[in-house]
Amino acid sequence: MLLIPCPWCGPRDEAEFHYGGQAHVPYPENPSTLTDEEWARYLFFRANPKGPFAERWSHTAGCRRWFNAVRDTSTNEIMAVYRTGEERPGTVERREDFSAVPVTSQPRPAHPARPAFEDEAPSGPFGGAGAEPPARRRTRPLTFTFDGTQYQGAEGDTLASALLANGVIAAATSIKLGRPRGIFSAGPEEPNAVVQIEAPFPEPMLPATTVELYDGLVATSLPGQGRLATEPDPARYDAVHTHCDLLIVGAGPAGLAAATAAARTGARVVLADDHPELGGSLPGTGELPDWAAEMTAHLEAAPDVRVLRRTTVFGYYDDNHLLAVERRTNHLGAAAPQHVSRERVHRIRARRVILATGAHERSLAFADNDRPGVMLAASARTYVNRHGVLPGRHAVVFTTNDSAYAAALDLHTAGVEIAAIVDTRPAPGEWADRARAAGIEVLPGHAVTGTEGVQRLTAVAVAPYGQTTGRREFATDLLLVSGGWNPVAHLFSQAGGKLRYDEELGTFVPDTCRQAVEVAGSAAGVFDLPGVLAQGAAAGARAMAAEGYSPHAVRLPQVPAGPRPTPPMHVFGVPGREGAPRFVDLQRDVTVDDLARATGAGMRSVEHTKRYTTAGTANDQGKTSGVLASGIVAELLGVDISALGTTTFRPPYTPVSFAALAGRDRGALSDPVRTTALHEWHVGHGALFENVGQWKRPWYYPRDGEDMETAVLRECAAAREGVAFMDASTLGKIDVQGPDAAVFLDRLYTNMMSTLKVGMIRYGVMCRLDGMVFDDGTVIRLDQDRFLVTTTTGNAAAVLDWMEEWLQTEWPELKVHCTSVTEQWATVALVGPKSREVLGSLAPQLAVANDDFPFMAWRETTVAGIEARVCRISFSGELAYEINVSPWEARTLWEALYEAGAPYGITPYGTETMHVLRAEKGYPIIGQDTDGTVTPQDLGMSWAVSKKKPDFIGKRSFARADTVRPDRKHLVGLLPEDPGTFLPEGTHLVAESELPAPPVPMLGHVTSSYRSAALGRTFALALIKGGRERIGERLYAPVGDRLVPVTVASPVLYDPEGARRDG
Amino acid sequence: MADTALTARPRSPLAHAAGWLADATRSSRGAVRLAELPFLTQLDVRLDAKGPAADAVGLALGLQLPLEPNTVVRAGDLTALWLGPDEWLLVGPPGSERDLESSVREAAGDEPVSVTDVSAQRTTLLVAGERARDLLAHGCSLDLHPRAFAPGRCAQTTLGRTQVVLVSRDEPRAGFWVLVRSSFAGYLTDWLLDAATEYV
Repeated sequence: MLLIPCPWCGPRDEAEFHYGGQAHVPYPENPSTLTDEEWARYLFFRANPKGPFAERWSHTAGCRRWFNAVRDTSTNEIMAVYRTGEERPGTVERREDFSAVPVTSQPRPAHPARPAFEDEAPSGPFGGAGAEPPARRRTRPLTFTFDGTQYQGAEGDTLASALLANGVIAAATSIKLGRPRGIFSAGPEEPNAVVQIEAPFPEPMLPATTVELYDGLVATSLPGQGRLATEPDPARYDAVHTHCDLLIVGAGPAGLAAATAAARTGARVVLADDHPELGGSLPGTGELPDWAAEMTAHLEAAPDVRVLRRTTVFGYYDDNHLLAVERRTNHLGAAAPQHVSRERVHRIRARRVILATGAHERSLAFADNDRPGVMLAASARTYVNRHGVLPGRHAVVFTTNDSAYAAALDLHTAGVEIAAIVDTRPAPGEWADRARAAGIEVLPGHAVTGTEGVQRLTAVAVAPYGQTTGRREFATDLLLVSGGWNPVAHLFSQAGGKLRYDEELGTFVPDTCRQAVEVAGSAAGVFDLPGVLAQGAAAGARAMAAEGYSPHAVRLPQVPAGPRPTPPMHVFGVPGREGAPRFVDLQRDVTVDDLARATGAGMRSVEHTKRYTTAGTANDQGKTSGVLASGIVAELLGVDISALGTTTFRPPYTPVSFAALAGRDRGALSDPVRTTALHEWHVGHGALFENVGQWKRPWYYPRDGEDMETAVLRECAAAREGVAFMDASTLGKIDVQGPDAAVFLDRLYTNMMSTLKVGMIRYGVMCRLDGMVFDDGTVIRLDQDRFLVTTTTGNAAAVLDWMEEWLQTEWPELKVHCTSVTEQWATVALVGPKSREVLGSLAPQLAVANDDFPFMAWRETTVAGIEARVCRISFSGELAYEINVSPWEARTLWEALYEAGAPYGITPYGTETMHVLRAEKGYPIIGQDTDGTVTPQDLGMSWAVSKKKPDFIGKRSFARADTVRPDRKHLVGLLPEDPGTFLPEGTHLVAESELPAPPVPMLGHVTSSYRSAALGRTFALALIKGGRERIGERLYAPVGDRLVPVTVASPVLYDPEGARRDG
Repeated sequence: MADTALTARPRSPLAHAAGWLADATRSSRGAVRLAELPFLTQLDVRLDAKGPAADAVGLALGLQLPLEPNTVVRAGDLTALWLGPDEWLLVGPPGSERDLESSVREAAGDEPVSVTDVSAQRTTLLVAGERARDLLAHGCSLDLHPRAFAPGRCAQTTLGRTQVVLVSRDEPRAGFWVLVRSSFAGYLTDWLLDAATEYV
């Protein structure tokens, strides 16, 4: 959602604005002197540059002012706004890009050197001082069911950790190959353990690693695909707009340090994290166990700091607009309170953003790397430290970097037997020394070449890296894998940020972005804990300074020193047992061979190989496989991975349910319903309703046992023979006031309005510049400088916008003001030969005789004691009145008319009857009988197009070759030769009684079709090529497999002399 | 037969919803206070803010028309809302539209001024109580924090899926006025009551 700065109201959401096309394209001074080509150029040709472009915008939902904006069409950035009439600013500077990792932060040394001080030693994912794992919490047992078996878990468990605690690791079968798959990770990146929640409410495809365990949870494993619920979701969902000076995404060490620097400065800070507790990776690594709790308490107590737990920021849009989903009651299971929304979408507008989203561990493509028991190394460490769960008993660790050693040591301490650490690096350095000191065998320069086991891993084969001979086998139920780390750059990329390849880390890291965003911690490629903390604190301080607040100096915790790091080795594919699949994308079952087929077929970009193989298109969006796929494709093509890049990161970061996105905008609240002051009466009298725009209009009022056809014929007959009335309040009404009001309306309407006398009414047609009919209605002259304009029901807002556009941008010299008064008046149409008697009985002061109150005049009087403006207007050809009163009195008026009309059998009628009556008279409905390609002349309304006015909107177009060609489609009547045959609207018309071979030349189509009580037959209106010249001709209408013969007629089929108008 | 009309009371757009609004107010124990303020006089006034009419009208009304965008000036029971650089909404007690219109027209004299009675065009909803901001934030994209939308500010914007004029009343406890087109008032009331579910 762009933020557009209105020159009057300031920055507002783009949804409040209406786009008006290229600016500075003035209306030609004298259109009649232009050639057709020059006029067409003005009408249809606009610039379409890449880069800065001056445009018109209107703040339609705000102050209704038109203004100009310079927008960069390639980035959508609004570079300048200025008021209409002002010159376009000469030079507009582009905003400078923000560096994702500012130079002022602690730069990561090119080659990790021995730290100068012990407390700056690397840690984070590389930490692992062999912390004592917390004992498995057994606070309150939670009972849950998985695949029909009942288990017990503990508070704080995820479904995945609870399953692992019960010895269950296989949690799915793969989508294409049906291979058993196990829990692979401990977070939202999970590709395998995607499960179906069955109770309390069915929900498909949730990663078991992110489902918080609750009592009574019932889940089943999935064959790669879930099932949608078949019953309506009873839960509530909602949304809220959240504003802040600083949004911090991720409450790990970097995010917590940033939040601490920003807290208690006076700035409004939002800290969002997808876990129930803060700390990010810390509970998983077991580092700084007290610090996160201290910081949490500190932040919770800080005014103006809002901590959003269980909240995933899933989309990053323009102008620091971010969407997040907060899971508010999911974790409560059946105990969730019903009046609290289950999930809430936060629409966050942040002045600045710090992304502290951490990193995902990458896998390796080795032979049979998908067996249940293969797990990311740091995830296994998380299960041990965070949940007190051992994911296996005997493990082999396969790594290309230091971080897996910390995992191995923590698992070792927790009692897992580590059979070997298999490291592709020939000299793994100090971490290997530490592992050996703990009694773990390290195999440098080795790799895993294959695995065994079906439902669970049973053995791992190891050989010198690059070879498949010289194998050793280990009996094991767990294989920890680490192929390196990928910063979670999804949100940064969505923000428009660019990534760069970091040679040393062997992955893609955030570079620059034009939005006010900074990336801190391992999301920025910084992996040592002291560096992460310092960078987070510095980012928080910078954000505060930029917003004019004084940041706090943050006292960062001491981190114990660890071994000296050894650079990682960049490995993607690992040679292994011949013919064994090497999976890249586990969720899509995409292997190295699949990618090889893609490159063999000529694909040279990861965007193409993704679409060819579906790698990265599953609901995990390739979080663990994306960079791995890039690496494999690079190897296959023999190019550097930095030249290939990654596929595009798109929102949402994790799947978000449609229910959450819809929020409360569903059911009755999905779209506003507009009602008139008489709505309850219509409901009470059995009206069926038709949607006209957002209005609910009575369609017809069936009596007992009546179908629509019978009811409408009855209503029509009442209007033609007695008296009937309808609620016409929905017509748009605009008050046009000012000394130049008449001049203004003369320019807008095709006919002359300035000659209209006060007290009189004129029908008018409005066209767009291309001469096509845009709206019609009546114009009432209230005073010398005041008119009341009516519009069609659906077009009221568009007509007002159109008036304002011309007034504000082209004719600012005109002293005219336009104000919507649609709801200021309720309008009742009183129709039929007996309408005069009914009105006369209620309006004793009104002289209702035809001579006193002629057609197209209006009078102010009281009707039923209510102040009213009565207009003699007819949309049916009958004697008719439109009575306008305050909507506060409308019900009283309506009921008085109902009572006074009772002796004449007064009948309420709806839009269907109105349509029939007007169609019998050949009156078009804009938008039904027209479609934006129809001129007034096409409608047979040349009489409404002034020949006297020098210019008006659309006039020049009436002289274009296209608008004067003889074969334009004209509005005509159609009479099926069988008077009972009904032509469906939209039916085409052809000349021949037998269909020729396609293409069949079409002459036009039916726009309106009805059964007429007055004519005693069916009839239709149609737009037909050269229609007026065809009156009397027989044409054919293909209906189903029949060709229905029809006769072309004048559109005025009823009372062509107009004898009934005056009663 | 016209006798009933002479005695019938005018009916406001939210007459049917008065009970629901009162129920929500009661059961929330004041966390949200919702009510329709029906029949307020509302006049749309258009004149040149820099011309002599502006001062003359201000003098006649006893309040200066606000020139700062999206602000409100109040004097006694009359409130003037900025709607545009040459447009204001005068809000007064029920039944004062005729007097108010003639005093504006008289004060303007020969200067061009447009005055349109729009009292029935919109109705007014009171949204107050300690959770009023939270309630509105469910459907309003504006920053309603007192720092950004202090008492005395107004805005034309959207709430839920309809356009409104939002007024932050000058006493903090007085909450907000939400002026909504009468035809949308039923929808907006349903929307507010649904959004208030958590607070009642």
